[in-house]
Amino acid sequence: MSSNVNSVSYTLKVALILCALCSVLISGAAVVLKPMQTANQILDRNRNILIAAGMYDPAVNTDADVATMFERFTARIVDLNTGAYLSDEQMSELGLDPLTYNETAARNDPALSDALPDDEDTAKIRRRVRYATVYIIENPQGEYETVVLPVSGYGLWGIIYGYLAIEGDGNTIRGIGFYDHKETPGLGGEISNPRWQAQWPGKQIFDNSGDVAFQVVKGGGQGSSQIDALSGATLTSRGIENMIAFWLGQRGFGAYLTNEVKG
Amino acid sequence: MSEISKDILIKPIFKENPIALQILGICSALAVTTSLQVALVMSIALTTVTAFSSMFISMLRNHMPSSIRIIVQMTIIASLVILVDQVLKAFAYEISKQLSVFVGLIITNCIVMGRAEAFAMKNPPGKSFMDGIGNGAGYSFILITLGTIRELLGAGSILGITILPTVANGGWYQPNGLMLLAPSAFFLIGFIIWILRNRDTSQVEKSEFTMAPHTAEKGAH
Repeated sequence: MSSNVNSVSYTLKVALILCALCSVLISGAAVVLKPMQTANQILDRNRNILIAAGMYDPAVNTDADVATMFERFTARIVDLNTGAYLSDEQMSELGLDPLTYNETAARNDPALSDALPDDEDTAKIRRRVRYATVYIIENPQGEYETVVLPVSGYGLWGIIYGYLAIEGDGNTIRGIGFYDHKETPGLGGEISNPRWQAQWPGKQIFDNSGDVAFQVVKGGGQGSSQIDALSGATLTSRGIENMIAFWLGQRGFGAYLTNEVKG
Repeated sequence: MSEISKDILIKPIFKENPIALQILGICSALAVTTSLQVALVMSIALTTVTAFSSMFISMLRNHMPSSIRIIVQMTIIASLVILVDQVLKAFAYEISKQLSVFVGLIITNCIVMGRAEAFAMKNPPGKSFMDGIGNGAGYSFILITLGTIRELLGAGSILGITILPTVANGGWYQPNGLMLLAPSAFFLIGFIIWILRNRDTSQVEKSEFTMAPHTAEKGAH
Protein backbone atom coordinates (compact mmCIF):
# COMPACT_ATOMS: atom_id res chain seq x y z
CA MET A 1 0.00 0.00 0.00
CA SER A 2 2.59 2.52 1.09
CA SER A 3 4.75 2.15 -2.02
CA ASN A 4 1.58 2.34 -4.09
CA VAL A 5 0.53 5.57 -2.33
CA ASN A 6 3.80 7.25 -3.17
CA SER A 7 3.79 6.29 -6.84
CA VAL A 8 3.69 9.13 -9.38
CA SER A 9 0.35 8.12 -10.87
CA TYR A 10 -1.30 7.88 -7.45
CA THR A 11 0.14 11.26 -6.43
CA LEU A 12 -1.28 12.87 -9.56
CA LYS A 13 -4.64 11.17 -9.01
CA VAL A 14 -4.90 12.37 -5.40
CA ALA A 15 -3.90 15.90 -6.37
CA LEU A 16 -6.42 16.05 -9.21
CA ILE A 17 -9.34 14.63 -7.25
CA LEU A 18 -8.65 16.86 -4.25
CA CYS A 19 -8.37 20.00 -6.38
CA ALA A 20 -11.55 19.18 -8.26
CA LEU A 21 -13.49 18.52 -5.05
CA CYS A 22 -12.23 21.67 -3.33
CA SER A 23 -12.93 23.91 -6.31
CA VAL A 24 -16.47 22.56 -6.64
CA LEU A 25 -17.03 23.19 -2.95
CA ILE A 26 -15.66 26.73 -3.02
CA SER A 27 -17.34 27.83 -6.23
CA GLY A 28 -20.59 26.26 -5.08
CA ALA A 29 -20.46 28.23 -1.83
CA ALA A 30 -19.54 31.42 -3.68
CA VAL A 31 -22.46 31.09 -6.10
CA VAL A 32 -25.00 30.17 -3.43
CA LEU A 33 -23.96 32.91 -1.00
CA LYS A 34 -23.36 35.67 -3.58
CA PRO A 35 -26.90 37.14 -3.52
CA MET A 36 -26.81 37.42 0.28
CA GLN A 37 -23.37 39.03 0.23
CA THR A 38 -24.43 41.58 -2.38
CA ALA A 39 -27.60 42.32 -0.41
CA ASN A 40 -25.45 42.85 2.70
CA GLN A 41 -23.14 45.25 0.88
CA ILE A 42 -26.03 47.32 -0.47
CA LEU A 43 -27.77 47.31 2.90
CA ASP A 44 -24.56 48.44 4.54
CA ARG A 45 -24.05 51.25 2.01
CA ASN A 46 -27.65 52.43 2.30
CA ARG A 47 -27.45 52.36 6.08
CA ASN A 48 -24.31 54.47 6.00
CA ILE A 49 -25.98 57.02 3.74
CA LEU A 50 -28.94 57.19 6.14
CA ILE A 51 -26.60 57.54 9.13
CA ALA A 52 -24.78 60.43 7.41
CA ALA A 53 -28.12 62.11 6.69
CA GLY A 54 -29.03 61.75 10.37
CA MET A 55 -32.05 59.60 9.56
CA TYR A 56 -30.93 56.31 11.07
CA ASP A 57 -30.39 55.58 14.75
CA PRO A 58 -28.74 52.18 15.31
CA ALA A 59 -30.41 51.96 18.72
CA VAL A 60 -33.92 52.40 17.32
CA ASN A 61 -33.97 51.40 13.67
CA THR A 62 -33.55 47.93 12.23
CA ASP A 63 -32.42 46.56 8.89
CA ALA A 64 -36.02 46.50 7.71
CA ASP A 65 -36.29 50.28 8.18
CA VAL A 66 -33.29 50.89 5.94
CA ALA A 67 -35.13 49.77 2.81
CA THR A 68 -38.23 51.90 3.45
CA MET A 69 -36.28 54.98 4.55
CA PHE A 70 -33.90 54.71 1.65
CA GLU A 71 -36.78 54.90 -0.84
CA ARG A 72 -36.85 58.67 -0.29
CA PHE A 73 -33.41 58.97 -1.86
CA THR A 74 -32.76 59.24 -5.58
CA ALA A 75 -29.34 58.14 -6.76
CA ARG A 76 -27.89 60.14 -9.63
CA ILE A 77 -24.49 60.23 -11.27
CA VAL A 78 -22.66 63.56 -11.43
CA ASP A 79 -19.88 64.49 -13.84
CA LEU A 80 -17.38 66.02 -11.45
CA ASN A 81 -15.73 68.20 -14.12
CA THR A 82 -18.90 69.95 -15.27
CA GLY A 83 -20.92 69.51 -12.11
CA ALA A 84 -23.95 68.39 -14.11
CA TYR A 85 -25.94 65.20 -13.84
CA LEU A 86 -25.30 62.66 -16.56
CA SER A 87 -28.20 62.38 -18.97
CA ASP A 88 -29.67 58.98 -19.74
CA GLU A 89 -27.88 58.92 -23.09
CA GLN A 90 -24.52 59.68 -21.49
CA MET A 91 -25.06 56.98 -18.89
CA SER A 92 -25.93 54.32 -21.44
CA GLU A 93 -22.98 55.45 -23.53
CA LEU A 94 -20.64 54.98 -20.56
CA GLY A 95 -22.49 51.90 -19.41
CA LEU A 96 -23.16 53.35 -15.97
CA ASP A 97 -26.19 52.88 -13.79
CA PRO A 98 -26.58 54.85 -10.54
CA LEU A 99 -27.71 51.74 -8.68
CA THR A 100 -24.80 49.56 -9.66
CA TYR A 101 -22.02 52.08 -10.35
CA ASN A 102 -19.06 51.10 -8.21
CA GLU A 103 -16.73 53.98 -7.46
CA THR A 104 -14.12 51.79 -5.83
CA ALA A 105 -13.76 49.82 -9.07
CA ALA A 106 -14.00 52.98 -11.21
CA ARG A 107 -11.09 54.53 -9.31
CA ASN A 108 -8.75 51.96 -10.87
CA ASP A 109 -10.27 52.15 -14.34
CA PRO A 110 -8.41 54.59 -16.62
CA ALA A 111 -11.59 55.14 -18.64
CA LEU A 112 -13.47 56.38 -15.59
CA SER A 113 -10.82 58.08 -13.49
CA ASP A 114 -7.77 60.36 -13.73
CA ALA A 115 -4.49 60.32 -11.90
CA LEU A 116 -4.14 63.37 -9.69
CA PRO A 117 -0.95 65.44 -9.89
CA ASP A 118 0.78 65.63 -6.50
CA ASP A 119 0.04 69.30 -5.88
CA GLU A 120 -3.68 68.81 -6.44
CA ASP A 121 -3.94 65.57 -4.53
CA THR A 122 -4.55 67.14 -1.13
CA ALA A 123 -6.65 64.21 0.09
CA LYS A 124 -3.86 61.79 -1.02
CA ILE A 125 -6.20 59.49 -2.94
CA ARG A 126 -3.92 59.33 -6.05
CA ARG A 127 -6.75 58.79 -8.54
CA ARG A 128 -10.06 60.58 -8.74
CA VAL A 129 -13.18 59.22 -10.40
CA ARG A 130 -14.71 61.34 -13.17
CA TYR A 131 -18.22 60.43 -12.17
CA ALA A 132 -19.63 60.09 -8.68
CA THR A 133 -22.99 58.93 -7.37
CA VAL A 134 -24.88 61.42 -5.21
CA TYR A 135 -27.97 60.59 -3.22
CA ILE A 136 -30.58 63.30 -3.06
CA ILE A 137 -33.89 63.94 -1.37
CA GLU A 138 -36.12 66.58 -2.95
CA ASN A 139 -39.12 68.12 -1.27
CA PRO A 140 -42.51 68.12 -3.06
CA GLN A 141 -41.69 71.51 -4.65
CA GLY A 142 -38.70 69.93 -6.35
CA GLU A 143 -36.15 71.76 -4.18
CA TYR A 144 -33.17 69.99 -2.71
CA GLU A 145 -33.66 68.91 0.86
CA THR A 146 -30.62 66.69 1.46
CA VAL A 147 -27.66 65.87 -0.76
CA VAL A 148 -25.36 63.01 0.28
CA LEU A 149 -21.90 62.99 -1.28
CA PRO A 150 -19.32 60.19 -1.13
CA VAL A 151 -15.98 61.39 0.27
CA SER A 152 -12.62 59.73 0.80
CA GLY A 153 -9.18 60.77 1.95
CA TYR A 154 -6.02 59.43 3.52
CA GLY A 155 -5.94 59.43 7.31
CA LEU A 156 -3.05 57.95 9.27
CA TRP A 157 -3.02 54.30 8.17
CA GLY A 158 -5.17 54.23 5.09
CA ILE A 159 -7.96 55.81 3.11
CA ILE A 160 -11.04 56.79 5.09
CA TYR A 161 -14.34 56.39 3.22
CA GLY A 162 -17.53 58.15 4.21
CA TYR A 163 -20.62 60.05 3.24
CA LEU A 164 -21.18 63.73 3.84
CA ALA A 165 -24.78 64.93 3.96
CA ILE A 166 -25.43 68.56 3.04
CA GLU A 167 -28.63 70.56 3.32
CA GLY A 168 -30.46 71.94 0.30
CA ASP A 169 -28.60 75.26 0.48
CA GLY A 170 -25.43 73.45 -0.60
CA ASN A 171 -23.54 74.97 2.30
CA THR A 172 -24.77 73.65 5.64
CA ILE A 173 -23.61 70.22 6.81
CA ARG A 174 -26.39 67.86 7.82
CA GLY A 175 -24.18 65.02 9.01
CA ILE A 176 -21.22 62.75 8.40
CA GLY A 177 -20.69 59.01 8.47
CA PHE A 178 -17.60 56.90 7.85
CA TYR A 179 -18.02 53.34 6.72
CA ASP A 180 -14.47 52.19 6.16
CA HIS A 181 -11.23 53.29 7.76
CA LYS A 182 -8.07 51.83 9.24
CA GLU A 183 -7.42 54.42 11.97
CA THR A 184 -6.14 53.40 15.41
CA PRO A 185 -9.03 52.25 17.61
CA GLY A 186 -9.59 54.69 20.46
CA LEU A 187 -7.56 57.48 18.86
CA GLY A 188 -8.17 58.14 15.17
CA GLY A 189 -10.89 55.51 15.24
CA GLU A 190 -12.94 57.96 17.29
CA ILE A 191 -14.04 59.54 13.99
CA SER A 192 -16.82 56.95 14.20
CA ASN A 193 -17.85 58.16 17.65
CA PRO A 194 -21.36 59.67 17.44
CA ARG A 195 -20.38 62.29 20.04
CA TRP A 196 -17.61 63.62 17.81
CA GLN A 197 -19.79 63.45 14.72
CA ALA A 198 -22.50 65.40 16.57
CA GLN A 199 -20.39 68.54 16.09
CA TRP A 200 -20.79 68.42 12.32
CA PRO A 201 -24.46 69.23 11.70
CA GLY A 202 -25.10 72.94 11.15
CA LYS A 203 -21.52 73.89 10.26
CA GLN A 204 -21.03 76.04 7.17
CA ILE A 205 -18.73 74.64 4.51
CA PHE A 206 -18.02 77.76 2.45
CA ASP A 207 -17.08 81.31 3.40
CA ASN A 208 -18.59 84.40 1.75
CA SER A 209 -16.21 84.28 -1.19
CA GLY A 210 -17.18 80.69 -1.94
CA ASP A 211 -13.99 78.99 -0.77
CA VAL A 212 -14.03 75.97 1.51
CA ALA A 213 -13.74 77.30 5.06
CA PHE A 214 -14.39 74.06 6.91
CA GLN A 215 -11.65 73.34 9.46
CA VAL A 216 -10.81 70.72 12.03
CA VAL A 217 -9.05 72.66 14.79
CA LYS A 218 -7.48 71.83 18.12
CA GLY A 219 -9.06 73.06 21.30
CA GLY A 220 -12.73 73.79 20.82
CA GLY A 221 -13.61 74.62 17.25
CA GLN A 222 -16.28 77.13 18.13
CA GLY A 223 -16.42 78.91 14.75
CA SER A 224 -19.35 78.41 12.40
CA SER A 225 -17.13 76.38 10.08
CA GLN A 226 -14.95 74.69 12.69
CA ILE A 227 -15.10 71.43 14.56
CA ASP A 228 -12.87 70.20 17.37
CA ALA A 229 -10.03 67.89 16.37
CA LEU A 230 -9.63 64.46 17.95
CA SER A 231 -7.12 64.39 20.78
CA GLY A 232 -4.19 62.09 20.10
CA ALA A 233 -5.08 61.87 16.41
CA THR A 234 -3.56 64.90 14.73
CA LEU A 235 -2.91 63.19 11.41
CA THR A 236 -6.38 61.67 11.25
CA SER A 237 -7.94 65.06 12.01
CA ARG A 238 -5.82 66.71 9.34
CA GLY A 239 -6.77 63.95 6.91
CA ILE A 240 -10.45 64.64 7.54
CA GLU A 241 -9.96 68.37 6.96
CA ASN A 242 -8.07 67.71 3.71
CA MET A 243 -10.72 65.23 2.63
CA ILE A 244 -13.52 67.78 3.02
CA ALA A 245 -11.47 70.55 1.40
CA PHE A 246 -10.71 68.32 -1.57
CA TRP A 247 -14.16 66.89 -2.18
CA LEU A 248 -15.97 70.19 -1.80
CA GLY A 249 -13.35 72.10 -3.78
CA GLN A 250 -13.05 72.48 -7.52
CA ARG A 251 -11.55 69.02 -8.05
CA GLY A 252 -14.47 67.48 -6.16
CA PHE A 253 -18.11 68.48 -5.93
CA GLY A 254 -17.43 72.24 -6.08
CA ALA A 255 -18.88 72.65 -9.56
CA TYR A 256 -21.84 70.42 -8.76
CA LEU A 257 -22.73 72.33 -5.61
CA THR A 258 -22.41 75.73 -7.34
CA ASN A 259 -24.24 74.84 -10.53
CA GLU A 260 -26.81 72.27 -9.54
CA VAL A 261 -27.57 72.55 -5.86
CA LYS A 262 -27.20 76.28 -5.21
CA GLY A 263 -28.12 77.32 -8.74
CA MET B 1 -16.46 9.70 26.71
CA SER B 2 -13.32 7.74 27.34
CA GLU B 3 -10.50 9.07 29.45
CA ILE B 4 -8.18 9.52 26.46
CA SER B 5 -10.54 11.52 24.27
CA LYS B 6 -11.40 13.72 27.26
CA ASP B 7 -7.71 14.34 27.69
CA ILE B 8 -7.39 15.30 24.03
CA LEU B 9 -10.17 17.81 24.46
CA ILE B 10 -9.19 19.36 27.80
CA LYS B 11 -5.40 19.29 27.75
CA PRO B 12 -4.86 22.02 25.13
CA ILE B 13 -6.89 24.53 27.13
CA PHE B 14 -4.52 25.07 30.06
CA LYS B 15 -1.86 22.40 30.13
CA GLU B 16 -0.78 22.51 26.50
CA ASN B 17 -2.28 25.78 25.39
CA PRO B 18 -1.37 26.50 21.77
CA ILE B 19 -0.68 30.18 22.43
CA ALA B 20 0.74 30.08 25.95
CA LEU B 21 2.89 26.95 25.73
CA GLN B 22 3.39 26.27 22.04
CA ILE B 23 3.52 30.01 21.21
CA LEU B 24 1.56 29.49 17.99
CA GLY B 25 -0.99 31.84 16.46
CA ILE B 26 0.30 34.93 18.27
CA CYS B 27 -0.17 37.27 15.31
CA SER B 28 -3.93 36.99 15.09
CA ALA B 29 -4.17 37.03 18.89
CA LEU B 30 -2.64 40.52 18.82
CA ALA B 31 -4.71 41.75 15.92
CA VAL B 32 -8.28 40.75 16.63
CA THR B 33 -8.57 41.21 20.38
CA THR B 34 -9.31 44.93 20.64
CA SER B 35 -12.96 44.06 21.09
CA LEU B 36 -14.51 40.95 22.60
CA GLN B 37 -17.11 40.44 19.90
CA VAL B 38 -14.52 40.21 17.13
CA ALA B 39 -12.36 37.92 19.30
CA LEU B 40 -15.35 35.61 19.82
CA VAL B 41 -16.11 35.34 16.12
CA MET B 42 -12.44 34.73 15.34
CA SER B 43 -12.36 32.00 18.03
CA ILE B 44 -15.37 30.26 16.52
CA ALA B 45 -13.94 30.56 13.01
CA LEU B 46 -10.55 29.16 14.00
CA THR B 47 -12.01 26.32 16.08
CA THR B 48 -14.27 25.29 13.20
CA VAL B 49 -11.42 25.35 10.71
CA THR B 50 -8.99 23.47 12.96
CA ALA B 51 -11.53 20.79 13.87
CA PHE B 52 -12.73 20.11 10.35
CA SER B 53 -9.36 20.38 8.67
CA SER B 54 -7.88 17.94 11.20
CA MET B 55 -10.78 15.58 10.58
CA PHE B 56 -10.52 15.67 6.78
CA ILE B 57 -6.75 15.40 6.83
CA SER B 58 -6.97 12.45 9.19
CA MET B 59 -9.51 10.76 6.90
CA LEU B 60 -7.12 11.14 3.99
CA ARG B 61 -3.94 10.42 5.91
CA ASN B 62 -3.49 6.92 4.49
CA HIS B 63 -4.00 8.13 0.94
CA MET B 64 -1.67 11.10 1.12
CA PRO B 65 1.48 10.70 -0.98
CA SER B 66 4.25 12.01 1.27
CA SER B 67 5.73 14.15 -1.51
CA ILE B 68 2.66 16.40 -1.69
CA ARG B 69 1.57 16.00 1.94
CA ILE B 70 1.88 19.65 2.92
CA ILE B 71 0.22 20.88 -0.26
CA VAL B 72 -2.73 18.58 0.31
CA GLN B 73 -3.05 19.84 3.87
CA MET B 74 -2.88 23.46 2.71
CA THR B 75 -5.51 22.85 0.03
CA ILE B 76 -7.93 21.42 2.56
CA ILE B 77 -7.27 24.19 5.08
CA ALA B 78 -7.48 26.95 2.47
CA SER B 79 -10.78 25.61 1.11
CA LEU B 80 -12.29 25.56 4.60
CA VAL B 81 -11.05 29.06 5.36
CA ILE B 82 -12.53 30.47 2.15
CA LEU B 83 -15.78 28.74 3.03
CA VAL B 84 -15.82 30.33 6.50
CA ASP B 85 -15.01 33.72 4.98
CA GLN B 86 -17.87 33.42 2.48
CA VAL B 87 -20.32 32.36 5.18
CA LEU B 88 -19.29 35.27 7.41
CA LYS B 89 -19.72 37.74 4.56
CA ALA B 90 -23.21 36.38 3.96
CA PHE B 91 -24.43 36.08 7.54
CA ALA B 92 -22.28 38.38 9.69
CA TYR B 93 -21.27 41.18 7.35
CA GLU B 94 -20.38 43.76 10.01
CA ILE B 95 -18.07 41.40 11.85
CA SER B 96 -16.48 40.10 8.65
CA LYS B 97 -15.63 43.71 7.83
CA GLN B 98 -13.90 44.11 11.20
CA LEU B 99 -12.03 40.82 10.90
CA SER B 100 -11.04 41.83 7.37
CA VAL B 101 -7.85 40.10 6.40
CA PHE B 102 -7.51 37.95 9.52
CA VAL B 103 -10.06 35.34 8.49
CA GLY B 104 -8.05 34.75 5.32
CA LEU B 105 -4.93 34.54 7.44
CA ILE B 106 -6.31 31.55 9.38
CA ILE B 107 -4.78 29.62 6.47
CA THR B 108 -1.34 30.56 7.71
CA ASN B 109 -2.22 30.23 11.40
CA CYS B 110 0.37 27.88 12.83
CA ILE B 111 -2.18 26.16 15.07
CA VAL B 112 -4.13 24.74 12.12
CA MET B 113 -1.05 23.53 10.26
CA GLY B 114 0.63 22.40 13.47
CA ARG B 115 -2.26 20.20 14.56
CA ALA B 116 -2.69 18.80 11.06
CA GLU B 117 0.94 17.79 10.83
CA ALA B 118 1.52 16.77 14.46
CA PHE B 119 -1.74 15.06 15.33
CA ALA B 120 -4.11 14.45 12.43
CA MET B 121 -1.52 12.65 10.32
CA LYS B 122 -1.12 9.99 13.03
CA ASN B 123 -4.60 9.64 14.54
CA PRO B 124 -8.09 8.58 13.42
CA PRO B 125 -10.63 11.21 12.29
CA GLY B 126 -12.74 11.25 15.48
CA LYS B 127 -9.76 11.89 17.73
CA SER B 128 -8.35 14.48 15.30
CA PHE B 129 -11.65 16.33 15.30
CA MET B 130 -11.59 16.40 19.12
CA ASP B 131 -7.99 17.57 19.08
CA GLY B 132 -8.99 20.40 16.72
CA ILE B 133 -11.84 21.44 19.00
CA GLY B 134 -9.54 21.27 22.04
CA ASN B 135 -6.82 23.40 20.48
CA GLY B 136 -9.42 25.79 19.14
CA ALA B 137 -10.75 26.07 22.68
CA GLY B 138 -7.25 26.78 24.00
CA TYR B 139 -6.84 29.54 21.41
CA SER B 140 -10.32 30.83 22.22
CA PHE B 141 -9.55 30.92 25.94
CA ILE B 142 -6.61 33.26 25.36
CA LEU B 143 -8.49 35.38 22.80
CA ILE B 144 -11.53 35.81 25.00
CA THR B 145 -9.39 36.71 28.02
CA LEU B 146 -7.43 39.26 25.98
CA GLY B 147 -10.55 40.60 24.31
CA THR B 148 -12.32 41.12 27.63
CA ILE B 149 -9.38 42.87 29.30
CA ARG B 150 -8.47 45.00 26.29
CA GLU B 151 -12.01 46.12 25.53
CA LEU B 152 -12.78 46.85 29.18
CA LEU B 153 -9.63 48.87 29.88
CA GLY B 154 -9.23 50.31 26.40
CA ALA B 155 -12.78 51.31 25.59
CA GLY B 156 -14.58 50.94 28.93
CA SER B 157 -17.05 48.42 27.56
CA ILE B 158 -17.64 44.70 27.15
CA LEU B 159 -19.36 43.43 24.00
CA GLY B 160 -20.11 47.08 23.22
CA ILE B 161 -22.05 47.55 26.48
CA THR B 162 -20.57 50.38 28.54
CA ILE B 163 -19.18 49.22 31.89
CA LEU B 164 -16.86 52.14 32.65
CA PRO B 165 -18.28 55.37 31.13
CA THR B 166 -15.36 57.04 29.35
CA VAL B 167 -14.38 60.70 29.52
CA ALA B 168 -15.05 61.10 25.76
CA ASN B 169 -18.65 60.06 26.40
CA GLY B 170 -19.07 62.27 29.45
CA GLY B 171 -18.14 59.69 32.08
CA TRP B 172 -15.18 59.47 34.46
CA TYR B 173 -13.03 56.69 33.03
CA GLN B 174 -9.90 57.73 31.13
CA PRO B 175 -9.34 54.81 28.75
CA ASN B 176 -5.93 53.21 28.59
CA GLY B 177 -4.88 53.80 25.00
CA LEU B 178 -2.12 51.19 25.18
CA MET B 179 -4.76 48.48 25.57
CA LEU B 180 -6.01 49.24 22.07
CA LEU B 181 -2.59 48.83 20.52
CA ALA B 182 -0.99 45.50 19.67
CA PRO B 183 1.84 45.60 22.29
CA SER B 184 -0.63 45.35 25.17
CA ALA B 185 -1.64 41.90 23.94
CA PHE B 186 2.01 40.88 24.19
CA PHE B 187 2.16 42.01 27.82
CA LEU B 188 -1.11 40.27 28.65
CA ILE B 189 -0.06 37.02 26.96
CA GLY B 190 3.19 37.27 28.96
CA PHE B 191 1.20 37.56 32.18
CA ILE B 192 -1.00 34.62 31.24
CA ILE B 193 2.06 32.48 30.47
CA TRP B 194 3.58 33.48 33.81
CA ILE B 195 0.41 32.55 35.73
CA LEU B 196 0.04 29.24 33.88
CA ARG B 197 3.67 28.31 34.53
CA ASN B 198 3.42 29.25 38.17
CA ARG B 199 0.48 26.92 38.62
CA ASP B 200 1.94 24.12 36.52
CA THR B 201 5.71 24.00 36.85
CA SER B 202 6.01 21.07 34.40
CA GLN B 203 5.57 23.69 31.63
CA VAL B 204 8.85 25.32 32.52
CA GLU B 205 11.61 24.08 30.25
CA LYS B 206 14.91 22.88 31.69
CA SER B 207 17.76 25.32 31.16
CA GLU B 208 19.70 24.43 28.06
CA PHE B 209 22.93 24.53 30.04
CA THR B 210 23.92 25.22 33.62
CA MET B 211 26.74 27.49 34.68
CA ALA B 212 29.74 25.57 35.86
CA PRO B 213 30.63 26.36 39.48
CA HIS B 214 33.27 29.02 39.88
CA THR B 215 36.41 26.97 40.40
CA ALA B 216 39.19 29.55 40.39
CA GLU B 217 37.69 31.55 43.24
CA LYS B 218 40.95 32.23 45.06
CA GLY B 219 42.95 32.96 41.96
CA ALA B 220 40.52 35.66 40.89
CA HIS B 221 41.78 38.13 43.43
